[in-house]
Amino acid sequence: MNFVAVQMLIGDRAKYLGLIFAVAFSTFLMSHQSTIFAGIMDRTTSQIKDVQDANIWVMDQKTQYFDEVKALTDDDVYRVRSVPGVEWAVPLFKGLPRAKAFDGNFRVVIMMGVDDASLVGAPRDMVLGSPEDLRKPDSVLVDRVGYEFFFPQQPYVLGKTLELNDRRVTIQGIFNSSAPFQNLPIFYARYSNAMTYVGRERNLLSFVLAKAQPGLSDDELCRRIDAATGLHAATGKQFGWQTIRYYIAHTGIPVNFGITIAIALVVGTIVAGQTFYIFTLENLKQFGALKAIGVTNWRITGMILLQALMVGLIGYSIGIAMTAAFFEITKGNLDLRGFVLFWQIAAGTGAVVLFIVMAASLMSIRRVLVLEPAVVFRG
Amino acid sequence: MTQNVQTMTHPAVVCRRLTKDFGAGENQVRVLRGVDLDVAFGEMTLLVGPSGCGKTTLLSVVAGLLNATSGAVMVLGEDASRMSGTEAVQFRRRNIGFVFQQYNLLPALTVAENAAVPLLAAGIPKKRAVAAASDLLSQLGLGERLHALPSQLSGGQQQRVALARALVHEPRLVVCDEPTSALDHETGNAVMELLTNVAVRSDRAVVVVTHDSRVFQFADRIAHMDDGRIVETQQEGRSQEPEVRMKAAAAQPSFAGVNQ
Repeated sequence: MNFVAVQMLIGDRAKYLGLIFAVAFSTFLMSHQSTIFAGIMDRTTSQIKDVQDANIWVMDQKTQYFDEVKALTDDDVYRVRSVPGVEWAVPLFKGLPRAKAFDGNFRVVIMMGVDDASLVGAPRDMVLGSPEDLRKPDSVLVDRVGYEFFFPQQPYVLGKTLELNDRRVTIQGIFNSSAPFQNLPIFYARYSNAMTYVGRERNLLSFVLAKAQPGLSDDELCRRIDAATGLHAATGKQFGWQTIRYYIAHTGIPVNFGITIAIALVVGTIVAGQTFYIFTLENLKQFGALKAIGVTNWRITGMILLQALMVGLIGYSIGIAMTAAFFEITKGNLDLRGFVLFWQIAAGTGAVVLFIVMAASLMSIRRVLVLEPAVVFRG
Repeated sequence: MTQNVQTMTHPAVVCRRLTKDFGAGENQVRVLRGVDLDVAFGEMTLLVGPSGCGKTTLLSVVAGLLNATSGAVMVLGEDASRMSGTEAVQFRRRNIGFVFQQYNLLPALTVAENAAVPLLAAGIPKKRAVAAASDLLSQLGLGERLHALPSQLSGGQQQRVALARALVHEPRLVVCDEPTSALDHETGNAVMELLTNVAVRSDRAVVVVTHDSRVFQFADRIAHMDDGRIVETQQEGRSQEPEVRMKAAAAQPSFAGVNQ
């Protein structure tokens, strides 16, 4: 009877395609919006993830997320280094100076200042140049977004200059960065230089980056640093989630995306449910005939569920393929980079689509189950 | 042959003091008011009467689609009033063929697939089921239209497909609800002739609900109903030559080629 169920479904082309479209549209909207949301949240942690040399971030106790830090004192680096189990600890600066090109073009940039001696925290995914070039006088490394903003449609070459806080800097490297939340250009400089590129404040140390000695877990070292210094230490992963939680709790981003996703869910369920219900109603006589002939309620339930699952599977496949295609096509765009369809979103959307088609079929199943087979004898 | 001997020993359908109510309380309506009816194997019995007299309700009870409110219903030697819902479904699947007024063919299935539905419902693999249905359809003159859709057939052809669907699993009771009412006179006669020649066999009974007096000539017995009762039963001419009918029926090939 599975064959009969499938034929009944695809025999009514208009409704079949309507059902597929409803589920595909719903799938696309939910997975697309979820991916954008996850991508934006992921972007809030980009500079944390891009620091690959150190596992532990130490910051002021009240720091809530990466983009808003209270400066530490220079002594705090030494206090962290003195904690038993610390292999090494280095300063990291983060500021937002304004960079100016000599044609007058300017933009606020994210300036990261890495330890002069070790260059811990410098970018590793270089397009041109080397992190070691930071040791040259007045040198900065610029990400592709920054370079293309200040030197649009120009080939990547080193040695170009910009102005930061009335100081001339030379681009000695171009690198790929994870897209930051605000999609601002990212500059790297040595710590001592970076501090001169922003307006002077009493304290400028943003973070201390540290690494645990071999055999000591990062979590244990974080606890020790917390206890010994009164500062807050977290692993990169913990700090990343702390930042994401801040944005979820304190911005309208999740509400905005949540509403869109909820609308996709509701519209998908209603359209699919209504179309499926109408489809069943129009086939009620046929279902009645099948019941009269001796097809059991269980079998008919199985037929309807098979129809629903088929619609769900095809619609989901089309919808998720559309989402994947969208992000594949746009991955080369610097402004949209970093948005990828995570498998968790694909799986979650699949579960929601399963719910949609099951909910859509429930009313239909009920209608058929209560149907008296004798209805077939009523003209 | 053993089955034929057995079936001749008792009627295919026996109803005694059968009642059927619909609704409850003040809205309760008694549609059948003590029906007594015998339907013999090897015969075509017509249930006739004015609209609303209870013909279709009686047919539904006999076919196991509705439960009687009171009275006895023996169908093919089994007490239909004592069957559970599941038993009734299985009983219908094995023993009863249905012909509906509006055909109720599945529009997305081909002619052969439609006729094979009772076999598919019984779990017969699709290939065997469709092959058996195709054989029967060829005997009913639809061998050239096996792959057509119902929408591509005339009313008479659709009713022949419905007839094939009713017979493909070799049921022992065939129930037909107004099989000619949607057809013109000539096509209706052709369908009734087919029904008489193909469906009526010594080990099978056929019950037809109709108010079409043109088909009375095909009946072995006519039960007249009025106000929920059988008011008169007429023995018609065809049953006066049962031996001839039995021999003709015995000569019929096995339609389905698949025994249930």
